[in-house]
Amino acid sequence: MRNPLADKVVDIKPSGIRKFFDIVSEMEDAISLGVGEPDFDTPWHIRDEGIYSLEKGRTFYTSNAGLKELKTEICNYIKRTQGIAYDSNHETIVTVGGSEAIDIALRAMINAGEEVLIPQPSYVSYEPCAILANAVPVIIELKAENEFRLTAQEVLDAVTDKTKVLILPYPNNPTGAIMEREDLEKIAEVIEEKDLFVISDEIYAELTYGREHVSIASLPGMRERTILINGFSKAYAMTGWRLGYACGPRAIMEQMLKIHQFAIMCAPTTSQYAAVEALKNGDEDVKQMREAYNQRRRYLLYMFKEMGLDCFEPFGAFYVFPCIKEFGMTSEEFADRFLREEKVAVVPGTAFGECGEGFVRISYAYSLENLKIAIGKLKAFVERLRSQKRE
Amino acid sequence: MREQILSIIERNSRIDLKELAVILGAQEIDIVNELEAMEKEGIICGYHTMIDWEKTAIEKVTALIEVRVTPQRGQGFDNIAERIYKYPEVNSVYLISGGYDLLVTLEGKSLKEVSTFVSDKLSTLETVLSTATHFILKKYKDHGTILAKKYEDEREKITP
Repeated sequence: MRNPLADKVVDIKPSGIRKFFDIVSEMEDAISLGVGEPDFDTPWHIRDEGIYSLEKGRTFYTSNAGLKELKTEICNYIKRTQGIAYDSNHETIVTVGGSEAIDIALRAMINAGEEVLIPQPSYVSYEPCAILANAVPVIIELKAENEFRLTAQEVLDAVTDKTKVLILPYPNNPTGAIMEREDLEKIAEVIEEKDLFVISDEIYAELTYGREHVSIASLPGMRERTILINGFSKAYAMTGWRLGYACGPRAIMEQMLKIHQFAIMCAPTTSQYAAVEALKNGDEDVKQMREAYNQRRRYLLYMFKEMGLDCFEPFGAFYVFPCIKEFGMTSEEFADRFLREEKVAVVPGTAFGECGEGFVRISYAYSLENLKIAIGKLKAFVERLRSQKRE
Repeated sequence: MREQILSIIERNSRIDLKELAVILGAQEIDIVNELEAMEKEGIICGYHTMIDWEKTAIEKVTALIEVRVTPQRGQGFDNIAERIYKYPEVNSVYLISGGYDLLVTLEGKSLKEVSTFVSDKLSTLETVLSTATHFILKKYKDHGTILAKKYEDEREKITP
């Protein structure tokens, strides 16, 4: 029999998280700090709209790009938060999570062999999606001393005449880093100068603490070069509903819509009805959840400081990314020993790119009570490692 | 700052002050001062404990009593409300808009104890025109806390 598989797919490495997941799953009483989704349930009024839509028998496909009402609400939301105007009919697609939007944006824009700049550490799917789109992924290694922000120089150093797209993953998973207006302005200059496009993954936009999220699409000249991706998973605690969206210039969106309509047809209808309610009446929920995350964020940073664990202050998402280099082991060894000795799971930084070496991702999508228990164990572990090192 | 403190201690009045300061990004001394000030101003009226008495061996009945009264000249409802709330077995007294005037909640050891209170004490007050007593059969949620359900984390333990 012939080899039934495509080399391109076989060559993709399985996610580093997967391996770790298997160990954790075997341990029954393990505490996890490894989750990448909110601990809150979807607010009840949003769930209720989903249920109501089912009761009303709204169980059909929607139009390919999504419910008109939802697209309108999405455009209103972007207008009021970022001041960018998108045409809800031609420049907005409702997708199956932000993940699908990333995939179809890359597939719509890349010709085989063109290069995509991917800053890392970052979400695990950019690189495989780029490869599947026949792009050549070019990794930019973000640096702890820049608080994992992307600098214009780093982009310039990575650009070749084959470079077409920059993925901009901020607020960032796993580091919690954000990009502020001044940071983005410098990147925007390079984008213009080198004639690049941006896929801006802003799924954590609402989870920005003590400052406002700025989309690169809101900067002069950038709207025409940017696909803005966001969704409902993080802001409204709706991960399981699988709903996201992309907005961008019509010429690109029309091609993305083709892929979406042939591969997906449309995003889940129930979720779309629930999402309309989320955008119409969910601001207060978002605010409350953001405040809860922010409290936990402050607690973790304080505790890290107390135990002398090196960590920059992240202003976004719900992750902290402490440095564990002082213990003289790899991220994977650290995570592995922490799990076996204290039964607490964290994710090695290397799961998000090789340059995550020396760091671990700790999620604070957990109640303060649970965080306290887990951080108590981290403290014990860190102290034990230090005393062992002295001996 | 006050709003944030209140929203936290409304749910957890036993929170450690240091911890409260940390999660609000404030100084402990400022938190202590605010709390004291709010106690003095009567904004914070007490630090109570939520108890699900159902789960104890202690028998308790709770009743909601709708009371219609004749308001008095110059006093309105305040005088009659005071006469009712002074009974220690009365938990709360609210002036209500709508079909009746006062909503009284009451805790007793038994149905009999509650009904005796209503017939002997409450109904006999001069200005009380009528009462309607409702006994609580089951508490599903109280003070924003769901009593029945226990929270379990059903998320996958590691996700990207």
